[in-house]
Amino acid sequence: MADRKYTEDHEWVEVDGDAGVIGISDYAQEQLGDVVFVELPDIGKILDQRDEAAVVESVKAAAEVYTPVSGEVIEVNEELNNDPSLVNTDAFGEGWFIKLRLSDPTELEDLMDEATYKTFVAGLN
Amino acid sequence: MANAKPDTDLLKTPLHDLHVAHEARMVPFAGYAMPVQYPGGIMTEHRHARSAAGLFDVSHMGQAILRGADVAASFEKLVPGDIASLAVGQMRYTLLLNDAGGIRDDLMATRIEEDGRFALFLVVNAACKDADFAHIATALEGEAELEILEDRALVALQGPHAESVLAELAPGCRDLVFLEGAGMAVDGVEAFVTRSGYTGEDGFEISLAADAAMAFAEKLLTHDEVALIGLGARDSLRLEAGLCLYGHDIDETTTPVEAGLSWAVGKRRREAADFPGAVTILKQIAEGPSRKRVGLRPEGRAPVREGAPIRDAGEQLVGKVTSGGFAPTLEQPIAMGYVSAACAEPGMSLQIELRGRSVSAEVAAMPFVKPRYKRS
Repeated sequence: MADRKYTEDHEWVEVDGDAGVIGISDYAQEQLGDVVFVELPDIGKILDQRDEAAVVESVKAAAEVYTPVSGEVIEVNEELNNDPSLVNTDAFGEGWFIKLRLSDPTELEDLMDEATYKTFVAGLN
Repeated sequence: MANAKPDTDLLKTPLHDLHVAHEARMVPFAGYAMPVQYPGGIMTEHRHARSAAGLFDVSHMGQAILRGADVAASFEKLVPGDIASLAVGQMRYTLLLNDAGGIRDDLMATRIEEDGRFALFLVVNAACKDADFAHIATALEGEAELEILEDRALVALQGPHAESVLAELAPGCRDLVFLEGAGMAVDGVEAFVTRSGYTGEDGFEISLAADAAMAFAEKLLTHDEVALIGLGARDSLRLEAGLCLYGHDIDETTTPVEAGLSWAVGKRRREAADFPGAVTILKQIAEGPSRKRVGLRPEGRAPVREGAPIRDAGEQLVGKVTSGGFAPTLEQPIAMGYVSAACAEPGMSLQIELRGRSVSAEVAAMPFVKPRYKRS
């Protein structure tokens, strides 16, 4: 929990060693509404910070998910192919998108911590 | 949106406070603040309308009464529908056409009787209403008069339980079949009720005084079967039903023939060839149009969206998607779009561009979900 960091576009990354798990926040899934499809990148893809990492489709519209940090895709959440609604029901857990091997951990310093992100979201309403 | 206004200038429907009280997410739509969804979400709302009864605020739509010495003959100058043959209480889907045969708007017209004289009750799209009413009033000046009903709300109740719920407040609604309307008291309030809608379900649209709408909607919501439905699910419901959304699937550049709406061009009207764009439209009916609106079923789960290019097996561009989304009832993506006539046969395989790659899609018969209108 303590090491989950956020972007202003409502992506999060949770770091464990040199790997980071990436998803979208509860606020983001609520704004999107019912998720019906998630397009995930190929394993091995190299992403720069802010590159498009995935696309989330709700009933109404598509939204891009940008990676908060640079790295190589080492795992994707295959469960989302069977049940994309996991993004809605468990955005910070089962609804994760991809796992990256971080290439530049100093990028984490650009991101918001939990408390800062909460304040940021509160300011949006 | 072409005529979007700043949020502060948005018009409010008579049910605005109800939407806010039910925690709707409000969005600008055709100059109005409208509920796109409530906390339950589009999928839940969609399924509710298919399984119980959905309550829609469609008060942003334009309502008017057209009166004249021979009001049906007058109105037929602007539309290709057979209006003259409508019996009192009969409702018809028709189209305001431009001189090239393009569609200015689609609308519902019901023949009514007032003090022994015929009139037409019209319901038009919100985004087109100012232009439609100006066009009708100008074109028919001297022979027909248009009264715009500014102080009326319009509420739709749609779904398999719509009849049983509405009948508690207006027993006379049971006597109507699909595309019939009648004036009646609804919970003691004067209203005009039609058996119609935009979901493919059985249901009603109720026009009543703006200041009576809140009490009526709240009364409907006391029934467990009734839930509020926003514009998001309204769109997914109409897409499953294969119904056109004006400004997307039909517009000034599409003709009724291309849009698959030739059935809205009356037989007598074809013989008389006396409607705007008749030359173009009748030629297309006789020879077949060069492009057609079709249903599309993309493979997999990824929805294709409006504007996506459509190609044939030889990678030739043959059209584009005009509406696309996910069908909650079918649990798969569906779309509609225009393709060249050679590619319009149901069963044909086409390719739709999606994020730089190609998704196979089959041309599909519409509606995607079987309608459940009460026809008798």
